[in-house]
Amino acid sequence: MDTAYLIETIIKVVVILLIFSALAGIGTYFERKILAFMQRRLGPMYVGPYGLLQVAADGVKLFTKEDIVPTNVVAPIFKIAPVITAATAFMAAAAIPFFPEFTVFGYTVHPIVADVNIGILYILGMMAVGLYGPMLGGMASANKFSLLSAARTAAVFISYEVVSGLAILAPIMMVGSLSLVDFNNYQVGGISHWIVWSQPVAFILFWISAFAETGRTPFHLIANDHEIIDGFGTEYSGMRWGLFFIGEYANMFFISFVIPLIFLGGFGDGSFLGAIGLLAKVAFFFFFFLWTRAAWPDVRPDQLMWLCWKVLMPIAVINVVITGFVMMF
Amino acid sequence: MFEAIAFYLFAFLTITMFIITVTTSQALYALTALAAGMIFISAFFFILGADFLGAIQIIVYTGAVMALYAFGMMFFDTTRSVKEKQGNKFIITGLSTLAAVLVVLIVAAPMVSDNIVALYPAIDTMGNTQNVGLVLFTKYLVPFELAAVMLLVAMVAGIVLAGKKMDRSITLTNDAELEIEKNKKVLS
Repeated sequence: MDTAYLIETIIKVVVILLIFSALAGIGTYFERKILAFMQRRLGPMYVGPYGLLQVAADGVKLFTKEDIVPTNVVAPIFKIAPVITAATAFMAAAAIPFFPEFTVFGYTVHPIVADVNIGILYILGMMAVGLYGPMLGGMASANKFSLLSAARTAAVFISYEVVSGLAILAPIMMVGSLSLVDFNNYQVGGISHWIVWSQPVAFILFWISAFAETGRTPFHLIANDHEIIDGFGTEYSGMRWGLFFIGEYANMFFISFVIPLIFLGGFGDGSFLGAIGLLAKVAFFFFFFLWTRAAWPDVRPDQLMWLCWKVLMPIAVINVVITGFVMMF
Repeated sequence: MFEAIAFYLFAFLTITMFIITVTTSQALYALTALAAGMIFISAFFFILGADFLGAIQIIVYTGAVMALYAFGMMFFDTTRSVKEKQGNKFIITGLSTLAAVLVVLIVAAPMVSDNIVALYPAIDTMGNTQNVGLVLFTKYLVPFELAAVMLLVAMVAGIVLAGKKMDRSITLTNDAELEIEKNKKVLS
């Protein structure tokens, strides 16, 4: 293992950490502005031009707020829970190819931290571990609303892990590899080669389960403000609460990278235009998360379970079987 | 060198986590340490180059331990310690130490005497996912299918046990009917 490789990896890790923790902050600004636009409000306007410095103001508030650990909580678990959410979100990013490889001063850079050949499994696994954060926070909080939220986390996790796994199985069978770089190379021939045309069902299923795994609005039961206060976040304050948010927004960005990479051609042939195209797709999927939040109500927990086990899972299984038959004959 | 550092780091972490799991009387500590230990074990697979098994270890055990948490939530107040009935500590410690030593001996003896030969050595030109698949669907096909049948049996049994009143939704029944049913149960 030579020194150049080590330095390159460390630089990549630091760059990804900095960019995406900053983006998580700016993501909250986008969310407020887009929700405001759709509800005919102005959103944040006072701090800086168009309210752009609101992010900085929020950051200062979160960092300087008193760090309260309530009396009856299980303190070590209570403290480690937000760290799990934030850390696993960034660990999942290690296997995502953010850009095509490019050359700087004659040195070829691969913008992926670890090109493991099981990338997609690793990403799904790490994102699943991220759900331990809300659950541990909820169980350690000594608060009934938090405990309800923890129970819902466990239910959502156990059900939607099945749907996303089965949905992604069909594209994996077609590509014959678990590496996201191979997924991208499979679709290199342009729009007509995108997997979404041959696997539309898998695409929709994976997209739906992405909402469940990031805990966004139609499935926002884990921290449902109008039913269970703030769920797992009720007892949290200051930067511990902020870490939960960084984790959630970073996860939204990363899943927005993963969906285009698997189904919509990724960065294409690796040209500059392809890289811009990937960013545009990521922006669309991130916008869609916010759009759904403005347009849809939350579903009830029993509707969520019904949707998962009686609708989505059978469709996913049938999709896998049909894909298998088509590939065999 | 990096392999050695990673191995000793994760060996230390894994053993610490499992010691916490068995010694603590706080259900939440035990479950969290168990989950952490299971995930740290995957590091050994990654160090040995078996990426597929490592990722599967993470995915399977996060789900499995998550189900244990659900049980913990239902049966305990997880923010309080559990009062344990402790028998003779020396017998427990002695027996578990003996069992651990025996397991190490059983696994280590063939390695020490070099009696292990890989019947289906890994093929270098293929990735380890393909290697796992190849062995699983040729040499170990029968055990694999048997495991599948066992799981199917367990699933059917689970559905039969849990699904007695599945066609009736408590959410959709109105409160008056529920009240009548409750009274009937009390009377009978």
